[in-house]
Amino acid sequence: MALHLARRLLQSVLILLGVTLVTFFLLYVLPADPVRQIAGRSATAETVESIRRQLGLDQPFWVQYGRYLWGLLHLDLGRSYLQRAEVAELIAARLPATLLLMAAGIACEVAIGLAMGIWAALRRGTAVDTGLMLASFAGVSAPQFVVGLMLLYVFGVWLRWLPIGGYGTAAHLILPALTLGLLGAGWYARMMRSSMVEVLRQDFVRTARAKGLTRARVILRHALPNAILPVIAMIGIDIGIFMGGIVVVESVFGWPGIGQLAWQAIQRVDIPIIMGVTLVSAVGIVLGNLLADIVAPLIDPRIRLR
Amino acid sequence: MSDAVALPEPRRRGVLARLARRPLVLAGLAVIGLTVLAAILAPWLTPYAPDQQHFDGLTLQGAPLPPGGGPDGAFPLGTDLLGRDLLTRILYGARTSLVIGILANGMALLVGTLVGVTAGYFRGIVGALLMRFTDLMMAFPALLLAICLAAILRPSLWIVALVIALVNWVQVARVLYTETTSLAVRDFIQAERAIGAGHGRILLRHILPHLLPTIIVYGTLGISTTVLLEATLSFLGIGVQPPDPSWGNIIFESQTYFQAAPWLVFFPGLAILALALAFNLVGDGLRDVLDPTQRERD
Repeated sequence: MALHLARRLLQSVLILLGVTLVTFFLLYVLPADPVRQIAGRSATAETVESIRRQLGLDQPFWVQYGRYLWGLLHLDLGRSYLQRAEVAELIAARLPATLLLMAAGIACEVAIGLAMGIWAALRRGTAVDTGLMLASFAGVSAPQFVVGLMLLYVFGVWLRWLPIGGYGTAAHLILPALTLGLLGAGWYARMMRSSMVEVLRQDFVRTARAKGLTRARVILRHALPNAILPVIAMIGIDIGIFMGGIVVVESVFGWPGIGQLAWQAIQRVDIPIIMGVTLVSAVGIVLGNLLADIVAPLIDPRIRLR
Repeated sequence: MSDAVALPEPRRRGVLARLARRPLVLAGLAVIGLTVLAAILAPWLTPYAPDQQHFDGLTLQGAPLPPGGGPDGAFPLGTDLLGRDLLTRILYGARTSLVIGILANGMALLVGTLVGVTAGYFRGIVGALLMRFTDLMMAFPALLLAICLAAILRPSLWIVALVIALVNWVQVARVLYTETTSLAVRDFIQAERAIGAGHGRILLRHILPHLLPTIIVYGTLGISTTVLLEATLSFLGIGVQPPDPSWGNIIFESQTYFQAAPWLVFFPGLAILALALAFNLVGDGLRDVLDPTQRERD
């Protein structure tokens, strides 16, 4: 177990290193000149050159990347080109909002998805089952920004129940979390359904039923704990899917998280911030996968490690 | 004389028949068919040009017209902020979605298949390196990467397709890698090798045909992802550029005004949802029908 863990950790670190290398390389070769952004349009060629030298952008690729890694080793993500601040500080200021949204979104997804999946499994083969599965497909096929905007329209503009974007109170959290929840629930519903159908077929469920237990008890105490295991591993993977989508949700709802930070930085070619947010997201994804790997055998002793 | 034993094709016919029995698949195929028709017949389905700005397409205050607005309901779905007919833009937008869907997904499939099959069949250092690279790509926040690339490269239809392909090939590669490795050690491949068949022959005649069902399934499901990704990039203003209509950029252009004119978000949004859902339904149906391990489910 310890050896396995150590190997997975090492692997994760190597993957993260690879992510920084690829991102750095892409930003290096792409025809975007951050110096032009910093210097402004009217800057003379001399000013441009001196800024370039100051930032070390005149150096060859490996020198620049080496410097970046050296900084990273000292937990230094660099300084923003355009905002007078450390990238680490900018991200630290925004990260809590993103994590809050992520937690609320995943909670919504799991709640809606599990309910749908269990219900569909119990009504397997009926119109309810088909309807729920169609709904779960619709959820995973719906564009995030459209659902977000429509929810904003219905609950914010039309009914006036909830604020139109922003951040601060619990009311602000409901719509973005619901947007994520409605869309992501589809994956959980489908997974929960097939897992539940599988478990309901098992002998021990039949035994429980034969013992004369109530239907609710059979489902909640016997079937559910077994069926839910593969779903839990999925939460880890879901963190990755979430990390990819933060830019869109945060921009629709004006949520002040790292997604908005990234979006502004991308538009202004503020490379240190882009690097920082990509790295933080990749850490989230890798941690999520690692968690799925570690938690699964802990809660399910049937998954034995080699 | 003896070679006249005509082998029937039960499996192939079975696939189509079983597909046709699924109402959700049929619904999906219908939506895809309608979208293709709309894309091809757009000039005949609407009297307007997609970028035509109508004098009577805005209210006196300069606001867009709601659905059914205009003289004698000339604009069935209303108009946009520039007084253009929304239905016309959605019909022409279908072209963008389909072209990018097919283009980007084709590229992703090609790269994914090449990487997956090469790594799975030849293994060795090259295979290991390729798969480590796909592992790495899996850890990338895909949408963030796509947004970053699309924003920095001045977007055009080709760039958008390329960016989408760049983030979408990974899953195909991983699935095909797993399948190829398990195929490569099977007896019939070993036998083929024993009688002296070259790698090219084995790959083309034996490995690829066995992978075809998976490629078809992922190809179909992938179009759904592609349609959504294109819409998202266009919604952020870094996908297909106005005045060329795309379902995503119609919403991008009217986003600031959506509180007063929600139809400008609703209808193109519905189109995106319908097309993505259709490809998902058909892809899922195909998976059930083509994958023998899933067959006993129903």
